Amino acid sequence: MRKVAIYGKGGIGKSTTTQNTVAGLVEMGKRVMVVGCDPKADSTRLLLGGLAQRSVLDTLREEGEDVDLEDICSDGFGSCRCVESGGPEPGVGCAGRGIITSINMLEQLGAYDAEHELDYVFYDVLGDVVCGGFAMPIREGKAEEIYIVVSGEMMAMYAANNISKGILKFAQTGVVRLGGLICNSRKVDNEREMIQEFAKRLGTQMIHFVPRDNDVQRAEINRKTVIDWNPQSTQAAEYRALAKAIDGNDMKVVPTPLKIEELEGLLMEYGLFN
Amino acid sequence: MSDTPRNPVPDPAVVREEMLKAYPAKTRKKREKQIVLNDPDAPPQIGANTRTIPGIITQRGCTYAGCRGVVIGPIYDIVHITHGPVGCGYYSWLTRRNLARPEEGQTNFMQYCMNTDMQEDEIIFGGEKKLAAAIREAYALFKPKAISIYATCPIGLIGDDIHTVARQAKEELGINVFAFSCEGYKGVSQSAGHHIANNGVFKNIVGLDDTPDSGEYRINILGEYNIGGDAFEIEELLRKCGITCTATLSGNVSYDQIARCHTADLNCVMCHRSINYMAEMMETKYGIPWIKVNFIGAESTAKSLRKIAAYFGDKALIDRVERVIAQEMLALKATVEEVRPRCEGKLAALFVGGSRAHHYQDLFKELGMQIVSAGYEFAHRDDYEGRDVLPTIKVDADSRNIEELDVEADPQRFKARRSPEQLEALQAGGFTFSDYEGMMREMDRRALVIDDISHHEMDQLIALYRPSIVCCGIKEKYIVEKMGVPCKQLHSYDYGGPYAVFTGAANFYREIDRMVNTRVWSMIMPPWQKQPELGARPVFTPKPRRSREEASPATRGRAVRPVPTETATTN
Repeated sequence: MRKVAIYGKGGIGKSTTTQNTVAGLVEMGKRVMVVGCDPKADSTRLLLGGLAQRSVLDTLREEGEDVDLEDICSDGFGSCRCVESGGPEPGVGCAGRGIITSINMLEQLGAYDAEHELDYVFYDVLGDVVCGGFAMPIREGKAEEIYIVVSGEMMAMYAANNISKGILKFAQTGVVRLGGLICNSRKVDNEREMIQEFAKRLGTQMIHFVPRDNDVQRAEINRKTVIDWNPQSTQAAEYRALAKAIDGNDMKVVPTPLKIEELEGLLMEYGLFN
Repeated sequence: MSDTPRNPVPDPAVVREEMLKAYPAKTRKKREKQIVLNDPDAPPQIGANTRTIPGIITQRGCTYAGCRGVVIGPIYDIVHITHGPVGCGYYSWLTRRNLARPEEGQTNFMQYCMNTDMQEDEIIFGGEKKLAAAIREAYALFKPKAISIYATCPIGLIGDDIHTVARQAKEELGINVFAFSCEGYKGVSQSAGHHIANNGVFKNIVGLDDTPDSGEYRINILGEYNIGGDAFEIEELLRKCGITCTATLSGNVSYDQIARCHTADLNCVMCHRSINYMAEMMETKYGIPWIKVNFIGAESTAKSLRKIAAYFGDKALIDRVERVIAQEMLALKATVEEVRPRCEGKLAALFVGGSRAHHYQDLFKELGMQIVSAGYEFAHRDDYEGRDVLPTIKVDADSRNIEELDVEADPQRFKARRSPEQLEALQAGGFTFSDYEGMMREMDRRALVIDDISHHEMDQLIALYRPSIVCCGIKEKYIVEKMGVPCKQLHSYDYGGPYAVFTGAANFYREIDRMVNTRVWSMIMPPWQKQPELGARPVFTPKPRRSREEASPATRGRAVRPVPTETATTN
């Protein structure tokens, strides 16, 4: 079983990219589980056709100790398994602690056991690595392979660089490695080249360049992934390609994060001088 | 111990070097500033109120302990709710032996331990609802006049808005509900908690009731927490003198007493460290001057009483105080005369609190004992060197983290208690207001002053001085006793007390006599440590056993029989 975590700046399209990629993997016949690690609990909406999943933490709170895996895990598109960690409403409590509790709960309930014959588990993690809780999926060997969703925008690259620092920290003591950058295009000038260069400097690769396409929005309005909503569209082909690239990826590295000056230099080089 | 001849007292400079030499350079540099040789005429600067070095095994407590445990916990008729996991609530339950004697018709909630028992669920989803429910439940059960809420560490981490919960509960229930953001990790010691508590009590209770007590000479005692009944003794002595104690902050005190304590005419500060903020704020807002007093030790008690009488300046009061002092001193005389010869010349060391390590020196001096070393756990430089160093104290980031209230004179209720002429006359007669001279000015030259003493330093101190008694707290007590030295706890008084004023002094003299003159500490070493060779001989030496694989079929299964190598003798 390959254990993958998707990180990236808030709003960059992690959940959308994850679900569309998972749809691609499922189409290839892979058994996949998606674990949403976001208090908003919207990481599996497109796979389940709506916000249908009771979160681990809500279930834990309501049912007490008597929780079964079936209570918190539903089958979505192509029989992929969907779990939402959940968490507190904005501004109260500790969402980070919630992630730790729910991932521990999943382990205790045997969500990763061999009987499920999983090929992949995907952790879709909220925004930046703001505290220990959000680093949970990359420490203690839970996720072994990280993909960072990024665009050619400064703050997205800055966040990706920061996440790489987190990966570096945990890579030194554990098994976690960076698998690559997924460029979710914002139509920034020279975006493909810049992210390719950025990836190179981080010691990794740009595993796929996902072009911007309104079909993604259309599919989302229909609560579906692109592959589910319009299998013939060009965007569906892009996600299939991304799924294939991840499935065939054997480049897993300890990243070499950039100094802030170097990162800004990169932006100057690609963003301004053309 | 008493019958073994004592070696001469070692040179404090040598002791200091022995303490410091084990430390790595960086630790040494910091501890050097916190261990100084005293000069009573010009106290040297001491490092104090700085972060403890991790690993030195400190005596210090946390901010929550300073707020809930020390300053506010002793208010007996309000309900105290600890918001946090159950351990913080349970282990702060009556551990300081604050006693209370509620007046007729009043309630005492101090025996109760109330806690929101935060579970993992509430940490994740927030504990505000549970806190609100706890407040309602406590109100339904006890109908108190006020409810006080204390934040523990996780509450600060998850950001529960306890002040809003308190405000809403106040509106809903119609009683006073207030909260303290006294998370344990704030500040460098419990001292931060004292400050937070002072601010909260001042904002939320003081000044709610303008009805003065009926007595003519009305004072407050600040910084007296009624450990083992000290406040009872002080109140009784004041009553004999005809002085009314409006409130003691916060030993044996009710909510109503604190609500009207701004009607008194003088604040007398016992523990400067934990309550000087309150004294200063009350002076600014209401015009009540404050003086430093000390009711520990007969001489200090007499001095403090005379100071209070001089402040009021009434001949009748001054005469009455003198009569009481004479009477009490006479009653104490026999005890001192009996005990002193047995204690004279013995050595003591005190490491406790932010005032007790200073105040209790007086009692030991009255017994003719020598204080070789003393220090505070959580005091600031002014408690060592005197308030005149206040302008030179560097306010670091840790102190800035604690709120300083902006206090102004109350437009209606501010009333200068003495006219400028009266104040001038008093000061001309040697009277000092708002002053604390600190511990060092009253200690011997070259006595060792140690701030935030570490475990290692305590070990060295005991080994080198072999004092007859060490006064500290529960965390050190049994280490000290294992080294064969009796230990008197000055936080909780072990099981004893009261030790305040003349009556308490008699208790203390007898207690110290008992402790330093018992022979039990000379028996602390077990015989086998004194004389390891007991002359035992082996009765038999079993043959080395062969492993199962090696054992021949002939011997397998047969019991191994001991073969005596020599005849054993039994005795």
